[in-house]
Amino acid sequence: MAGLGSVCSRRLAGFVSLLLLVFVAVISASPDAATGANETLRRPSGHSLDDSHHPRNSSEHRKAFPVLAFNYEHVSKPFVISLWILLALLMKLGFHIIPRVSHIVPESCLLIFVGLLVGGVIKAMDQTPPVLDTKLFFLYLLPPIILDAGYFLPIRPFTENMGTILVFAVVGTLWNAFFIGGMMFAVCQIEAAQVGHVDLLSCLLFGSIISAVDPVAVLAVFEEIHINELLHILVFGESLLNDAVTVVLYHLFEEFAHEGTVTVGDALLGVVSFFVVSVGGVMVGVIYGVLGAFTSRFTSHSRVIEPLFVFLYSYMAYLSAEVFHLSGIMSLIACGVIMRPYVEANISHKSYTTIKYFLKMWSSVSETLIFIFLGVSTVEGPHNWNWIFVIFTLILCLLSRVLGVVGLTFIINKFRIIKLTKKDQFIVAYGGLRGAIAFSLGFLLTDTEKKDMFLTAIITVIFFTVFVQGMTIRPLVELLAVKKKKESKASINEEIHTQFLDHLLTGIEDICGHYGHHHWKDKLNRFNRTYVKKWLIAGDRSSEPQLISFYNKMEMKEAMMLVESGSAAKLPSLASAASLQNAQQRAPPKQRAIPSISKTREQEIRKILRANLQKTRQRLRSYSRHDLFSDPFEDSMSEIRFRKQRVQMERRMSHYLTVPANRQETPSARKVWFEPEHKVYTYDESESPRDGAALETLPDTVSLLSESPQRPDQSSRLRKRGDAEQSANAPDSQEEPQKLSRCFSDPGPKEEEEEEGEG
Amino acid sequence: MPLPQPCPAPPCCSRRCGAGGANSRQVRRMMGAATTRIGQQDPELVDRTGFSPEQINNLHKRFLQLSGNKDTISRENLNDIPALTYNPIKSQIIEAFFDKRNQHDSEVGSLEEITFEQFLMVMSHFRPPTLEMTAEEKQAMRKEKLRFLFNMHDTDGDGKITLEEYRKVVEELLSSGSIEQESAKEITDAAMLEVASTNVPHMGPEDFYEGITFEHFEQILKGLEMESRMHIRFLDTATVHCGKS
Repeated sequence: MAGLGSVCSRRLAGFVSLLLLVFVAVISASPDAATGANETLRRPSGHSLDDSHHPRNSSEHRKAFPVLAFNYEHVSKPFVISLWILLALLMKLGFHIIPRVSHIVPESCLLIFVGLLVGGVIKAMDQTPPVLDTKLFFLYLLPPIILDAGYFLPIRPFTENMGTILVFAVVGTLWNAFFIGGMMFAVCQIEAAQVGHVDLLSCLLFGSIISAVDPVAVLAVFEEIHINELLHILVFGESLLNDAVTVVLYHLFEEFAHEGTVTVGDALLGVVSFFVVSVGGVMVGVIYGVLGAFTSRFTSHSRVIEPLFVFLYSYMAYLSAEVFHLSGIMSLIACGVIMRPYVEANISHKSYTTIKYFLKMWSSVSETLIFIFLGVSTVEGPHNWNWIFVIFTLILCLLSRVLGVVGLTFIINKFRIIKLTKKDQFIVAYGGLRGAIAFSLGFLLTDTEKKDMFLTAIITVIFFTVFVQGMTIRPLVELLAVKKKKESKASINEEIHTQFLDHLLTGIEDICGHYGHHHWKDKLNRFNRTYVKKWLIAGDRSSEPQLISFYNKMEMKEAMMLVESGSAAKLPSLASAASLQNAQQRAPPKQRAIPSISKTREQEIRKILRANLQKTRQRLRSYSRHDLFSDPFEDSMSEIRFRKQRVQMERRMSHYLTVPANRQETPSARKVWFEPEHKVYTYDESESPRDGAALETLPDTVSLLSESPQRPDQSSRLRKRGDAEQSANAPDSQEEPQKLSRCFSDPGPKEEEEEEGEG
Repeated sequence: MPLPQPCPAPPCCSRRCGAGGANSRQVRRMMGAATTRIGQQDPELVDRTGFSPEQINNLHKRFLQLSGNKDTISRENLNDIPALTYNPIKSQIIEAFFDKRNQHDSEVGSLEEITFEQFLMVMSHFRPPTLEMTAEEKQAMRKEKLRFLFNMHDTDGDGKITLEEYRKVVEELLSSGSIEQESAKEITDAAMLEVASTNVPHMGPEDFYEGITFEHFEQILKGLEMESRMHIRFLDTATVHCGKS
């Protein structure tokens, strides 16, 4: 029965979406019909208004006041836009309902296919479908995707492989452009092609358009296959950084394609222009990034608008770079990268979540729309299909990519310590996907005669790379057993050792006497810590060591997860919260073995917990539009921490309860435990509430407990008492360390607690 | 006699000093006997440590520079390196050089002074993996590097990293900022808890977790891929280290 129901609902969903498709097509494609109808409707309504005000002109017949009017023209533009976006997202939803397809075919292919369908429907009705307008693409659709990528760029692998990435991006793209352009010119000379009118410069222009690896397509395909970090950052970094080369080459060849000749001086100017475009773009991004970071320092009183600053500064960086024909993409990336560490230290946790989700949302919508429009534009045409031109373009693209990657890797491996293997090279070559940027650049061409032919070839290449390469890369990755991305949990040990390693390697380099990679990184970090952080981060967080902020973040995440999970006595196999593309995945938490407790005990514990939870909920302040919380986020954090500690305490208790010992005091102990907890809430959080307050009051509660299972998190507090006792009872000193390390796991036998309880 | 300073070359901030060739010949002429000694022992050292002869020569030059042209280095020589002053784990790094366990012997304890060969042995822990290495060799290399790290933490040499020792490590790391005793304790506790819960998931009520053993240490750092991360670039070509330290 249930199965039938789900099948029915799927069919219904499919039917509804199809209906919507048709509806949208009709609406967007027939503005003329609508406007026509509205004209006639508006006149009488206008008239009736006139009539009511000027009854003297009632020579015409009076209509009744229109209760219901149809005025589509008024809202047509936003209506159509919203409908398109809604359609795109419904399609996206639809794909995940059909599980089998989404495993084989990457989402981008499905979206293009939908676009083709829609375009076909519109064309069948003899209307003109909306095309992927270049302005729309470059100003509205592309920036969210790039910002999302740049803001969440993994900095460490990016900077470690920066040299390799730059070589691939710059030299690789140049090689592609010239190879394809040159060879296509040779091809055009073949008599049979009938494309003799295409001159060298046009071919080079074509080559420069089609040579660039597209970040949107790479992101769309690569995020589904989860390959290891190194390969991901290589291909992705290349796709981001080749924008500068593409911009320069495109403008260069476009200018000269009109003039017809290129002099050496022009070529030199081109090289200079490349540096200006790339470095200039980065600098614009850095300026806006610093501004954004500085602004976020003062937002502690208006938390609600914090995310907007991030978005607006980044968008301004992009637009400002575009004004001067600098590389907008590099500017956006630089802005995001620079801004992020400082902004994250300043803003509240809620703003951080907002930024994360909004970026994911916008980039997801943009990506979907881009692919659908690509499909629609394909159907629209105009096409000029020339077999030889297209086939050769395809072959040359693949060939030049392979040659370029292999050749460059040969050179790069001489300088790299961790060399790139053949498998790596294959994935890098195979991952060179072309996408909508090439299409939009082609669309910008002004020469209509060659433009159609070029566009056709570009679309073919895009389709080939996205469909064929996109679909086959996953099985190939499995086949070649390429290393996958390791599921990284936020491990405090790894963080400690990462930092330890950094210092160790810097030290060894210093002992060896040469200034290598680590030395400069260390210098930069020190500069950052002593000067930059003081300017850009508010309050005392500016001097917080990285390890502590990492630890706090981790604690916060764990606490949130425990709170979200609700029931406290469950084993920690929590349903992970919505994990979007880059959202740090908290892997299934460590399995803590908790033996089962008797039902009645469990009920009792739950009742008490629920009661306390209700009491604490009443304390939450009211919501106002300008304040999310009347306290800063530290307060909510400490609240969550307490809940978490309570949960853990309860868990430990439940564990402890199975150890056979006389348990009669348990209820009273529990009551005693929970009572003082409320004292904490009235504690005035005037000072830094994070560590200080939490810890100050708890030792009082510890003393009240006659038996207390000591979790290692709380053993620190216990140890504080233990230390105090240690100074008092000198002869116990050799026992104390034993006792303390015993605290690590589970509660020792009863005598231990009594000794500690008495202190 | 102090090491002559043959430095008309520009400051050696890049990995390959351009004027390496001529100056190195000059240096080698001045060092004379020292180089030929290394040259004779070369094949043995090459086998034991895995460095190439050029790398060994470069490191030897550096060794002589640090030791003031003597045969052994003491702790003070390493302490005097100015670039190390900002390093929060400076003392632990220096101790690692004098730790007998890092000499691939099974002895425990520390030395007072180390010879060039012992210096090289310690440095050999930081070689990068090569393309031709098999998976087993890479595993062995990773184990060796992890062992080095483990020895750095396990200061009393009992084969376990106890809570106290680990806390010291964290405190050293944090000392570069402000002194945060409480946070260090909390962080150490959380870290130990993590190790305990991943390695010994079913702890009975009577057990307690004594300390991190080497196997647990390997397990907890499995994700970091030490063989690809714990290495520095050793200079192949003959270059000159200008100035002191």
